[in-house]
Amino acid sequence: MENTNNFEPNTTLSADGLTRLYGQNIAVSDVSIELQRGEVVGLLGPNGAGKTTTMQMITGNLAPTIGSIKVCGIDMMESPTKAKNKIGYLPEIPPLYRELRVDEFLTLAGKIRKIDRNNIKEAVKTAKQKCGLEDMGRRLISALSKGYRQRVGIAQAIIHEPDVIILDEPTVGLDPNQIREIRSLIRSLGNKHSIILSTHILPEVEAVCDRVHILDHGKVAYSDTISGMQGARGEQVIDVEFKTPPSKEWFSMQDDGIAMEKTPSGGYRITHPSVDPTDMIVRASVENGWGLFKLNQVQASLEEVFVQLTKTDEKKN
Amino acid sequence: MITIIINKELKSMFASPLAWVLIAFLQGIFAFIFMSQLQNFSMMQAQLASAPNAPGLTEIAVTPVFSIAAIVLLFSVPLLTMRLIAEERRNQTMIFLISAPVSMTQIILGKFFATVVFLEIIFIIMCLMCFSVLPGGTLDFGLLFSCVLGISLLGATFSAIGLFVSCLTNHPVVAAILSLAIALGLWIINLTAPDPDSILNLISLFSHWEPFLEGTIAVSDIAYFGLVISVFIILSIRRLDADRLHA
Repeated sequence: MENTNNFEPNTTLSADGLTRLYGQNIAVSDVSIELQRGEVVGLLGPNGAGKTTTMQMITGNLAPTIGSIKVCGIDMMESPTKAKNKIGYLPEIPPLYRELRVDEFLTLAGKIRKIDRNNIKEAVKTAKQKCGLEDMGRRLISALSKGYRQRVGIAQAIIHEPDVIILDEPTVGLDPNQIREIRSLIRSLGNKHSIILSTHILPEVEAVCDRVHILDHGKVAYSDTISGMQGARGEQVIDVEFKTPPSKEWFSMQDDGIAMEKTPSGGYRITHPSVDPTDMIVRASVENGWGLFKLNQVQASLEEVFVQLTKTDEKKN
Repeated sequence: MITIIINKELKSMFASPLAWVLIAFLQGIFAFIFMSQLQNFSMMQAQLASAPNAPGLTEIAVTPVFSIAAIVLLFSVPLLTMRLIAEERRNQTMIFLISAPVSMTQIILGKFFATVVFLEIIFIIMCLMCFSVLPGGTLDFGLLFSCVLGISLLGATFSAIGLFVSCLTNHPVVAAILSLAIALGLWIINLTAPDPDSILNLISLFSHWEPFLEGTIAVSDIAYFGLVISVFIILSIRRLDADRLHA
């Protein structure tokens, strides 16, 4: 036990080879996730890909059929209560007792997470502050709007300052302002804690996550850092519009693999296998009088990766 | 840890009208029966005074209240226990408890003792009602103690049964009906028992409860209730654990 406590203090969560069967169905198969302190990891995937199951296993709500989970070096199977105290979990539906007031509920959450009796008031206050609930303390949870309930859900997950925070679709059903606030909250929490975030919203992942795992049919289909993903694609793409479009021959004359194709919106998409073609196109436009009037850099987006992965999978089946 | 869960459960119970309505309703019934028995007693007083070894005030007025209370509890405890687990599952709040650093045993024991505490509140009010005769008469405190101990054990047994059934389903109403069926089944199972030594008498709730009303506190009866309570508590814990393993 002694050596497990101080091994790799920076790794807050290591889930290894998680597999979960429901009868004959494989819900999750061989998923491994490792989290460093201060890291935000996005868990993506189509409906039924096994995101929630994975999160339930990590939080101790489901026992994995195969695999091990260690939170800050503490094994979830061997000493579940110790391990659970290092995790804060917001499930898809926030687990709130509607008959309680916000203060009462957060106090309960603090007590049950073993916060010292003398520090509970302070902890409740801090959690409310972080989640923008300062004025809601006396309100009954049943009388709160969905956005505020979601915040109470987050507050109960962070009240005990856990090392690992797990958020299952935290921004579903919120209005755009609330989504922004929650995102910046997540980002700020990510400085001190490690966070796993599951979502369908791809820009959200790009906005707040450092790394991304894409799950598909219970397997990790893709796993990379956000910056790595954006740089991964060698191909450079720009969208352009011309007053007098050049001929296709000009592109085939360049002989370096540059290509142009018409897009449905009336513009053209120019792809170059290695370098950014912007300079070249601007110069050529001036020289040949193409009348370039619009130019857009196209980034390799998570959406493309996501769609590609799920598409190839459909073909396979 | 268990006290936190007990407090939480009691808070939830008293935040809903069900607890208050139940207490008021039960107390109304008990008071009505107590009053009518007192009336009987005052009418029979002259005859009783002349008879040797006649039943006292406690036998005539207090015992029937507890006797009826047992039947009323049989039907009302399921209403109290039905929501313990089933409703938490339904509202998705079970995750809150399971994600917290508490064991399944602590969750189950907390919920069980919360129900027991709630029932004790009812029994205490019943005792206070019985004490109301003290300014004008005496009570057999031994018999009263026996009745209270008996009904506490009986109430705890109904709670354990209800708690277990609540673990089986997501629907509070189904839980209520099923736990009533089990408790009632155990209550009446000895009706067809041919002789007093039959096994049906051994497993019947009623035959172990009746001696308490006569002031007989037997270790075997206490052990019986303790056993039934333990069995249903252990089954509940296993059932919750199974959710995590196989669901």
